[in-house]
Amino acid sequence: MQSGLLPTIAHRLAVLAYVVFALFPLFWLLKVSVTPNDLLYSEGVRMWPSATTFEHYAHVLRHSAFPTFFKNSVIVSGSTAVIVTLLASLSGYALSRFSFRSKYWIVALMLLTQMFPLVMLVAPIFKILSPLGLTNSLTGLVIVYSAFNVPFATFLMQSFFDGIPKDLEEAAMIDGATRFTAFRQIILPLTLPGIAATLGFVFTAAWSELLFALMLINGNDAATFPVGLLTFVSKFSVDFGQMMAAGILALIPAGFFFLLIQRYLVQGLTAGAVKG
Amino acid sequence: MSLAGTMGGHTRKPWLKRLADTSEPYLYSAPSLILIVTVMLVPLALGISYAFRDIQLLNPFSGGFIGLDHFRALGEDTAFYRALKNTLWWTGASVFLQFTFGLILALLLDKPFWGRGVVQALVFLPWAVPSFLAGLNWAWLFNPVIGPLPHWFFALGLIDQPTNLLSDPHYAMWGPILANVWWGIPFFAITLLAALQAIPRDLYEAASIDGATGLQRFTSITLPFLAPTIAITVLLRTVWISNFADLIVVMTGGGPADRTQIVASYIFTQAFRRLDFGYASAIALVLLALLMAYSMLIILLRQSLLSKD
Amino acid sequence: MASISIKNLKKAYGTFSVLHGVDLDIADGEFVVLVGPSGCGKSTLLRMIAGLEGVTEGEIQIDGARVNDRHPKDRDIAMVFQSYALYPHMTVAENMSYSLRLRKVAKDVAARAVTAASQKLGLEPFLARRPKALSGGQRQRVAMGRAIVRQPKAFLFDEPLSNLDARLREQMRAEIKKMHADLKATSIYVTHDQIEAMTLADRIVAMHGGVVQQVGSPLDLYDRPANLFVAGFIGSPGMNFLEGRAEKDGIRLRDESFMAMGDVPEHLLGQQVTLGIRPEHVVLDAHGQGMPAHLDLVEPTGFGIILHLTLNGLPLKVFTLDRAVLQAGPMVAVTLAQEHLHLFGPDGSRIGGTSDPAAAA
Repeated sequence: MQSGLLPTIAHRLAVLAYVVFALFPLFWLLKVSVTPNDLLYSEGVRMWPSATTFEHYAHVLRHSAFPTFFKNSVIVSGSTAVIVTLLASLSGYALSRFSFRSKYWIVALMLLTQMFPLVMLVAPIFKILSPLGLTNSLTGLVIVYSAFNVPFATFLMQSFFDGIPKDLEEAAMIDGATRFTAFRQIILPLTLPGIAATLGFVFTAAWSELLFALMLINGNDAATFPVGLLTFVSKFSVDFGQMMAAGILALIPAGFFFLLIQRYLVQGLTAGAVKG
Repeated sequence: MSLAGTMGGHTRKPWLKRLADTSEPYLYSAPSLILIVTVMLVPLALGISYAFRDIQLLNPFSGGFIGLDHFRALGEDTAFYRALKNTLWWTGASVFLQFTFGLILALLLDKPFWGRGVVQALVFLPWAVPSFLAGLNWAWLFNPVIGPLPHWFFALGLIDQPTNLLSDPHYAMWGPILANVWWGIPFFAITLLAALQAIPRDLYEAASIDGATGLQRFTSITLPFLAPTIAITVLLRTVWISNFADLIVVMTGGGPADRTQIVASYIFTQAFRRLDFGYASAIALVLLALLMAYSMLIILLRQSLLSKD
Repeated sequence: MASISIKNLKKAYGTFSVLHGVDLDIADGEFVVLVGPSGCGKSTLLRMIAGLEGVTEGEIQIDGARVNDRHPKDRDIAMVFQSYALYPHMTVAENMSYSLRLRKVAKDVAARAVTAASQKLGLEPFLARRPKALSGGQRQRVAMGRAIVRQPKAFLFDEPLSNLDARLREQMRAEIKKMHADLKATSIYVTHDQIEAMTLADRIVAMHGGVVQQVGSPLDLYDRPANLFVAGFIGSPGMNFLEGRAEKDGIRLRDESFMAMGDVPEHLLGQQVTLGIRPEHVVLDAHGQGMPAHLDLVEPTGFGIILHLTLNGLPLKVFTLDRAVLQAGPMVAVTLAQEHLHLFGPDGSRIGGTSDPAAAA
C-alpha cells in the first residue's frame, strides 16, 4: 500500500516521540550516574555534563553493601527462575497434554491466584514463615516468589507445549519410551525457547519484587537489590550519583534478560493475557 | 537378531495400570499445586481469618477473635475512604492513559518500516525496568535538585517555581500515574500488537478493493478484531493496577498527607509500618470483595452485550 | 510378525460413541487397509491397536495375548504417522535408531540395522541430516525407515501418504507394496483414499459411522459391495444410484420408467429400493438403441472420458474409453448392462449376488 510523504513523516515523528519518552528517564539515570559531584548542582538541567566520571560506580562497588545486595538478588532470582521453570514445565505439560477431571479446577485455581491482591498475603505469609525461621532468609523469599510465579509460568509453558505436535511423543511411546522419557528426551529439547522465555520472565519478576522483600527481610545481609536500594535512598538521600549508579547496576540483569526474551514477549504476554 | 522388547503385560494388574493412568496428570501438576496451595491458598484463608481477629505483631496479648470490629473501625476510617477514592483515580487514569498510548504505539508498530525491530526493543524497554527502579527513577526526575522536570514545568509556566510535584498535595498523584503510564504502555502495546498481527491481511486488501477508506478499515476491521483482546486486557489490567502499590510506596510512601495513598499501599502501610496485621487483612478483604464485584460486573455486562447480538 | 485379533471393540468419549463394536481378525503377514470417510472411526481403531487410545469395551489381542492394558511401548508395534512425527532435533540416523537405543540394543547391532534400512530406502546420503533439511518424500522414507529398523510385530500406517503430492504418492504407494512383499510384515493401513485401499490391500475393511460395513478383498468390495455406503465409496467416478420401487420382474424408477431385472425377491415387492451401476457399465449405443439421455457435460481425463448425462430427469455418469463420444450430439442412447446392475434393499444392504451371506439375508 502506498502512503504519502506527509503521513510517513508524521508516523516517523510519532515513533520518535515514543522512543524519546521511553528512553529519557533511563538516559537521565545514566547521565547523573556519570556526573561528578561538583557538577551535579551547577549543571542540573544540562543534557550531558561537561565532564564525566565513574567514581560513583567505583564507590558503590567498593565501599557499599551493594555487591551483597546484587549477589542476594542474583541468588534469589536465579533459584526462583530455575525452580519455577522446572515446576511449570511439568504442570504446563499436564495442562497441555492431558484431559482429566480436575483440570478445570486447577486452571480456575491458577487464574484465581492471578486475580487477588497479593498484598493480602503479606501479613499471613510473615506469620507462617517467621516461626520456621524463613523470614530474613533468602530461602523464604525463593519459596514465596516461586509460588507467586508458578501459575503464570505454567500458562506460558503450556502455550509452548501446545505448539508441539502430540504425534511426537506418541511416536516416541510407540518407539518404546515411557511418557516421562518421551517428555524428557523429545518434548523438552524442543521447548528450549519456551524454557528460556520462562526463565527470563520469572527472573525479571523476582528481580523486581519489592513489597514482600521489604516485609520479610530486615538488615543488610539478606537484603535483595530493591530493599537495599530503597534503604540506601532513605539513608543517604543526597548521594544522587551513587544511587543512580546503583540503579543502573540493578538495570543490567533485567536488561540482559529483556534482550534474551524480547522475541517471545508478544507470544508470552498474549498467552498470559488470554489465560492469566 | 531379535529386537522384540520383553513383555511384562501379563503380570501387571489392570487396576494398577488404571491407577497409574489416572494419576499421571496429577503427578505432573502436583509439585506446582502443592506450592500454590501452601504458599498462596493457606495464607489467603489465614488472611481472611485475620480480618476477624486482633493480630498485632508487637502485642503478645493479641490474637483473639473480635468479630466485625475491624470492619466497624474501617467504616469510620476517613483515611480508608480517601484511599478508596485515590484508588479509583489512580486506576482509572493509569489504565486509560496506558491503553490509549499503548494502542497508538501498537498501531504505529504494526506498519513495517526500516529499523522497526530496534525501535520495538527500545520502546518496550521500560517494561523490563524493575518497578522499584521505575519509581525511583521518576521520583528523581521530579526532584528539583537533580531532575529536569520541575524546571521544564516552570519554563512552560505550569508551576510558579521549580518545586517537587510529588510534595504538592494537589498534584502529587500525577507523579506515580505518569511513572505508571511510562512503565505500562509496553504491556498494552505488546498485547495489542500481537492481536493486530493476528488479523488476516487479506481482509484489509478486500476492504480496500471494496473502496473502504483508512478510517473505515480501522472501525470496521481493526476495532472489531481487537475488541476481545481490549476487553480482557483492560479488565485484567484494571484489577492488577489497583493492587499495584510498588510505585506509590517508592515514590511518595502515600504522602503528602495521604494524598497518594491507595488501598493497596494503605494495606501495606498498616502491615509493614504499624504491624497491625488484623486491620490490614480486613482492608485487604474489602479490596478483594470490591475487585471481585467489579470483575463480575464486567463479565455480566459483556455477556449481556454478547447475547444481544 | 504376528496376528492381530479384535473382538467387539468399542470406544466412547463420555456418552459420545465412536466405535460400535468392531470384530476383525488379521492374519500373520497380511496387509489390511481400513478405509472410510473422515470421522468413521478408522484412525481411532488404529490408535487403539497402537495403545494410544484406551479401550472402552472389548478386546485387542496380539499373537493371542490380550494387550488392552499394555502401554504402547510394550506392544512391539511400529507406526508411521500422517505428519511423519520425526524428531526435529535428531538426525535421520538418530531418528531411525531411537527405538533401538531405548531398548538398549548394542551400538553395532543398531548401526547395522540403520544401515540396512537406509540402503533399502535410499536414505544413505541423508543419514546425518536433520528432518528440516529433507523433502517431503524423504521425510516419509525416514518415517518408514524408523518403523522397519525395529522389526516389530506389526506395522501401523496412519494416512502416511496424504501429505505428499500426487506423483510422489503414487511412487511411495508402489514402494510400500514392494516393501510388504519383501518383509511380509503384518500391516494395518488407514486411508480415506480408495485408490490406495484398492492397490495396497490384501483385505479392505470399509468403515462408516464407527461400524464395519464390509470386509473383503479389493475386487470383492468393488464387484459385490455389501451396501450402498461401500458401493458409493469404492470406485471413482462413483457408482450411479437410481431409486425406485420393486415390482415383479423389475424396478419402477421415480420417473415411472421401468427397468427390467431378472428375479426380484418376493419380500421386496412394493418396497423402496436402489439400483446401482458403475459408470463403466453404462453402454453408449452408437446406433441410437437404448434409452435416450441428454449429454450435459464431458470430462476428458486423457485416459478415458467421463460423461455426465441426464436420463429421464435423473443424473447418470458414464465412463468410456471411446473418444468418438466427444463428437456426439446433445442426445445419446444408453443401455445399462443388466449383469452389472446392483440392487440394494430399503435398508441399503445388497440384494443377491453377494459374497457376504449376512448382508443378503
